[in-house]
Amino acid sequence: MKQFEEKILEVKNLQTYFFTDEGTSKAVNGISFTLNKGETLGIVGESGSGKSITSLSLLRLIQSPPGKITGGSILFKGEDLLTKTEKQMRSIRGNEISMIFQEPMTSLNPVYSAGEQIAEAIRLHQKLGKKEAWNKAVDMLRLVGIPSPEKRAKQEPHELSGGMRQRVMIAMALACHPEVLIADEPTTALDVTIQAQILELIKTLQKDFGTAVILITHDLGVVYETCDRVAVMYAGKIVEYTLAKEIFTNPKHPYTIGLLNSLPRLDMDQEELTTIPGTVPSPYNMPKGCSFAPRCAHAKKICEQAVPDLQTTGPSTQVSCWMFTPQWEKEYDAQEKVGV
Amino acid sequence: MFVFIVRRILQTIPVLLGVSLVVFLIMQMVPGDPATLLAGEGATKETIEMIRHQLGLDRPILYQYFDYVIHAVQGDFGESLRSSRPVLDEILVRLPITLELALASIFITVVLGMVAGIISATKQYSAADISIMIVALLGISLPSFWLGLMLIYFFSVNLQWFPVSGWGTINHMILPAITLGAGGAAIVARMTRSSMLEVVRQDYIRTAKAKGLKEHVIIYKHGLKNALIPVITVVGLQFGALLGGTVLTESVFAINGLGRLIVDAIRTRDLPMVQGGVLIASVIFVFMNLAVDVLYRYFNKRIDLN
Amino acid sequence: MKPEVVMNNTELNVNKKKSSKLQHWKAFYKKFKRNKLALIGGYIVLFYILLAIFAPLISPQDPYEIDLVNTLQPPTTDHWMGTDDKGRDILSRLLYGTRLSLAVGFVSVFFGAFIGILLGLTAGYYGKWIDTVIMRIVDVLLAFPGILLALAIISALGPSLINVMVAVGVFSIPMFARIVRGSTLSVRKLEYIDAIRALGATDFTIIFKHIFPNILSPVIVQATLRLATAILSAAGLSFLGLGAQPPSPEWGAMLSSGRDYLFSAPHIALFPGIAISTLVLGFNVFGDGLRDALDPRMKK
Repeated sequence: MKQFEEKILEVKNLQTYFFTDEGTSKAVNGISFTLNKGETLGIVGESGSGKSITSLSLLRLIQSPPGKITGGSILFKGEDLLTKTEKQMRSIRGNEISMIFQEPMTSLNPVYSAGEQIAEAIRLHQKLGKKEAWNKAVDMLRLVGIPSPEKRAKQEPHELSGGMRQRVMIAMALACHPEVLIADEPTTALDVTIQAQILELIKTLQKDFGTAVILITHDLGVVYETCDRVAVMYAGKIVEYTLAKEIFTNPKHPYTIGLLNSLPRLDMDQEELTTIPGTVPSPYNMPKGCSFAPRCAHAKKICEQAVPDLQTTGPSTQVSCWMFTPQWEKEYDAQEKVGV
Repeated sequence: MFVFIVRRILQTIPVLLGVSLVVFLIMQMVPGDPATLLAGEGATKETIEMIRHQLGLDRPILYQYFDYVIHAVQGDFGESLRSSRPVLDEILVRLPITLELALASIFITVVLGMVAGIISATKQYSAADISIMIVALLGISLPSFWLGLMLIYFFSVNLQWFPVSGWGTINHMILPAITLGAGGAAIVARMTRSSMLEVVRQDYIRTAKAKGLKEHVIIYKHGLKNALIPVITVVGLQFGALLGGTVLTESVFAINGLGRLIVDAIRTRDLPMVQGGVLIASVIFVFMNLAVDVLYRYFNKRIDLN
Repeated sequence: MKPEVVMNNTELNVNKKKSSKLQHWKAFYKKFKRNKLALIGGYIVLFYILLAIFAPLISPQDPYEIDLVNTLQPPTTDHWMGTDDKGRDILSRLLYGTRLSLAVGFVSVFFGAFIGILLGLTAGYYGKWIDTVIMRIVDVLLAFPGILLALAIISALGPSLINVMVAVGVFSIPMFARIVRGSTLSVRKLEYIDAIRALGATDFTIIFKHIFPNILSPVIVQATLRLATAILSAAGLSFLGLGAQPPSPEWGAMLSSGRDYLFSAPHIALFPGIAISTLVLGFNVFGDGLRDALDPRMKK
């Protein structure tokens, strides 16, 4: 394993809430993680787990109203992004921290050419002239593996395929050599073969540029392929935070185990894929205790009463589950007594 | 694109035929016999029969229709019953005035409507937005002819800034153009606003934000162009309402355009004139729609394919 | 055995539909109530309807009574809105005029909606050449700019308020036909329609029992907004002297007679215009509110 020492991004107790007519939704409910230089962190979860809101919060792109970052801090190179002015944030977005999105089909502006949209970011952050920026945009297109980039740069998004558009998005995001790239489900909307190519491309460019990547995904296979570390999110919280390899060999949280069991495996005989019973709780009506308790096979009384803290269970593993606390055994006993 | 234009032009032919058929049939519903009417009081049966034969009214109705279409295509819409001059000649004298009025009004509709809509959308829920939307709501609810009269009362009678009626100079144009364009401007403003608000929710706007662009660059460069595409269709439709509205506006301001010609012709039961006037106005509208469709298609092709 | 299963399924669907329908209306009412502006629109319309019903009771004077001594009077305590060129009380005339405007609006929209719905249902349900023919007819009707079609119809039928209703009604047909056709097409595709057909339901039952209720909300929204247009168009035609004839207290006709006295007695043109604008505004706002509450997706 490589050694990642230098912290580039440190998120502490981040909270993003949505205030709507139906009530308050705690979409991101106090999460913490760190990202080191050049590493890839995967954030995994079902839709609605808050992973996309997390990524948008990092760049402060939450639509407000109804959304608002209500607490915590996002330390980027030691400085809190939440205290920056809008102007300072603009010089960070697309320059030091970039983002690519799930829907390459709709994430590019339909009325401007691919080259123009890449050159726009270059001109903005690198203060280059029109001509130079254009040339650099074409270089970027070549770098992301688009054939005849001079021609493609002049084309508008509707003339490009989905995979090609995602390459354009990557070119745009990396054009200013950002230190952090946030990729929000970058391959979900693409064909399987294209998915692999795009992931490979991100990995290669990451090495070349030394960029740290936050990869948001619901696909554990993608994590296995690309990530160094992984945070599993459930209902706005991180329930397990560990090394990517560890999560496949030694998953801790019942939710993580459930996710893994629902994954088709080639190395094991599976009678059928298991699914996690129940559904994600409504964000407006969160359970009082552990939010996974209603779906958890191991849930005990304490799980329904209080939220477990993140427990450090290994050198680089943290789990938020009562099972890994000293209370668990006692609780188990209590349950037994009541039961008998 | 070329194929589309050709196909679209071909599509107008049945529509134009249908329009002429409707106009023709409506005129058939007129009670009374045009030959008797034309012959005047106390005419003999023979005279009436002769006129009927001359007008071709004794032939089958389908024949009469085709006869009418063939003549119309050649620019022959018959003669005015009142002035005995060819209908087309009379219309051609009046048409430029109406087109001037229509263009001036569409200018107001587009410019005023879009600017107001953009301000509203960018400052959503601000005092400016709320006032613009209230004015727009009034704009679609006020009868244009009343607005015209009130404008005359305030600006021509009281302030004497503009002439009360007539046509010819820019000063003559301003009040009628506002009268005719106000309703359309209100509709365009509402449409522009909702279209802009729709666009700012799009993924590519999020991309633009993530790039670090300034708010106004995002709105004007990335938002506006996309937002205005659906507005094109509305402007096209407004052109039709506007063309019809000239009837009222020209009447209020005593402008001798096509609209007034049609109204006067209806009052004097000058049917060939009504027929010709309505037909020509419709033909203009059909071609206007054609142009709008092509324009929309041109701008929209990128979005359509998604 | 099998048909029974199908029966149960459809029965279940129908029950489900009924309860969801109730919820649908409840949700609609909740949403509509929250839209203050739409509520105001509803009250305006209601206010005018009450004025129309009680016009004979609340009118201070006879709307037709000519008083040549008191012509062109500005608003006074006797005549709150003044008198017109023949000394008639403008307020009383406006109150009676409410009946005319509302009648023209409702009759013409009902007429246009009725034919438009029939055309739209037929086109959408049967499709194929029937659809093509009907939609071509609709295209032709839409090719007439603005009120020119209504104008042409009146030129043939002669000026009168009844003919205005016909003309404005015809003018509304294409809009309804298009909307209903679109909704019919989307409902027709739903699976339960196939299931009902498999049970041997006739086209008539399918169209009126199953498709029609589903197209009702867009039709109601359109009808409300259309009422505004119809009242405006009718007033315009009367203004041109092609609708209601004197001494009828129709608002457009009143406005028309007021234009000659714009210098000396502007109030004659002022009040009918305010009356038309407020009523039309009421319908517009009410219609907007209905649209937003019934189906947020219909927001343009």
